[in-house]
Amino acid sequence: MSSVRVLVGTHKGAFVLTSDGKRERWDVSGPHFAGWEIYHMKGSPADPNRLYASQCSGWSGQVIQRSNDGGKTWEPVGNQFAYEGEAGTHQWYDGTPHPWAFKRVWHLEPSLTDPDTVYAGIEDAALFRSADAGQTWQELPGLRGHGSGPRWQPGAGGLCLHTILLDPSDPNRMFIAISAAGAFRTDDGGKTWRPINRGLHSQYIPDPMAEVGHCVHRMAMHRSRPGVLFMQKHWDVMRSDNAGDSWQEISGNLPTDFGFVVDVHAHEPETIYVVPIKSDGEHYPPEGKLRVYRSRKGGNEWEALSDGLPQSNCYVNVLRDAMAIDSLDSCGVYFGTTGGQVYASPDAGDHWMPIVRDLPAVLSVEVQTLQ
Amino acid sequence: MIRVVLPAHLRTLAHIDGEVKLDVTGAVTQRAVLDALEAAYPTLRGTIRDHLTQQRRAFVRFFACQEDLSHESPDAPLPEAVVKGMEPFLVVAAIAGG
Repeated sequence: MSSVRVLVGTHKGAFVLTSDGKRERWDVSGPHFAGWEIYHMKGSPADPNRLYASQCSGWSGQVIQRSNDGGKTWEPVGNQFAYEGEAGTHQWYDGTPHPWAFKRVWHLEPSLTDPDTVYAGIEDAALFRSADAGQTWQELPGLRGHGSGPRWQPGAGGLCLHTILLDPSDPNRMFIAISAAGAFRTDDGGKTWRPINRGLHSQYIPDPMAEVGHCVHRMAMHRSRPGVLFMQKHWDVMRSDNAGDSWQEISGNLPTDFGFVVDVHAHEPETIYVVPIKSDGEHYPPEGKLRVYRSRKGGNEWEALSDGLPQSNCYVNVLRDAMAIDSLDSCGVYFGTTGGQVYASPDAGDHWMPIVRDLPAVLSVEVQTLQ
Repeated sequence: MIRVVLPAHLRTLAHIDGEVKLDVTGAVTQRAVLDALEAAYPTLRGTIRDHLTQQRRAFVRFFACQEDLSHESPDAPLPEAVVKGMEPFLVVAAIAGG
């Protein structure tokens, strides 16, 4: 019988939530790596027992953990992320040059086909790859070496590479996103990259239509249509139908188009989800009502999903890596909040229930659908 | 034997119970002790000092014999009481909330 395993990274440890395919009753294990920030955990699509976790702290820096048994046991693997060559500078908040320096791993993206290959998106923004199950890491320097690198600036959360999308139809194509540089694509396995930000409009930068400098919060794709991308930008929800060559706004009737997460239904490529957040200064839902918005038309026309979610006095945030979708026949949608709740909907967003209510602030949510 | 006391979160990370006891050959300095510690527990590499620069991490301090040795040269000899194993070398994480 099918089951699901939800991997939750929090401000003070990791939690693993498991359920059968009904997704009504849940077992909670954790905290794992108690006291450490777990920015992200993700399982290999090629081997669901192979998990990777990014564990870090202000005291002791970065640790990468690997599990070969679905999270029952873990072992630390390599944690050295050395930039290739001369690190150089990017822009600091005030526009002055600032040396590139490793801070932490924001996102781990295992290969679609090889459990031992995994990509890491780090702060200060760069893309690394390990081909030996996390023991050693090598930068893909063509990204940071793109001519625009010295003009990248950090967002409020840091200069972080937070989104890595692997094209299931083309192993040489990847998409990444950086706050606040924008989105980039490679068509040659990571050797060279191009900015894919045409159509983005960001009023908070000197040239709102600049080639780079956009604060992309998250991107998502459906594996059956890897040329169609969805983006939650700092403000604006966007869509590209040509692999990022150009973007159109699809915010439509959203109550606010600020937010962090965006994701796609497992079986309906035109059904997408966002969680509108009031503004960049007020990181909580509008009107104190926690609502997921769903579009079944690929954007522009959105419906609020609120059944089972708090509809008064709710002032949590949903961070960029904190939404996930399972692939059961009745598609499950999950998200975590900075208030420590993890909500699940076993019916594509129509009804919600909390799996847990009182975890530390949730930084990331991933789900594995297990047979 | 050189005795080293680690903060609780690093003991947990490296599966260490209690004090660490290390054989250090040659001059007993911060660098020599940390080299021996990381050789015995590779998981600790990068958690006390930076991989590349070998600089002490900002929220970590080194103490021994009731003295703060954090700003001593990593190649300065450690106190005799540490060398003789009478006092431990303390790796201390900053007291901080959050």
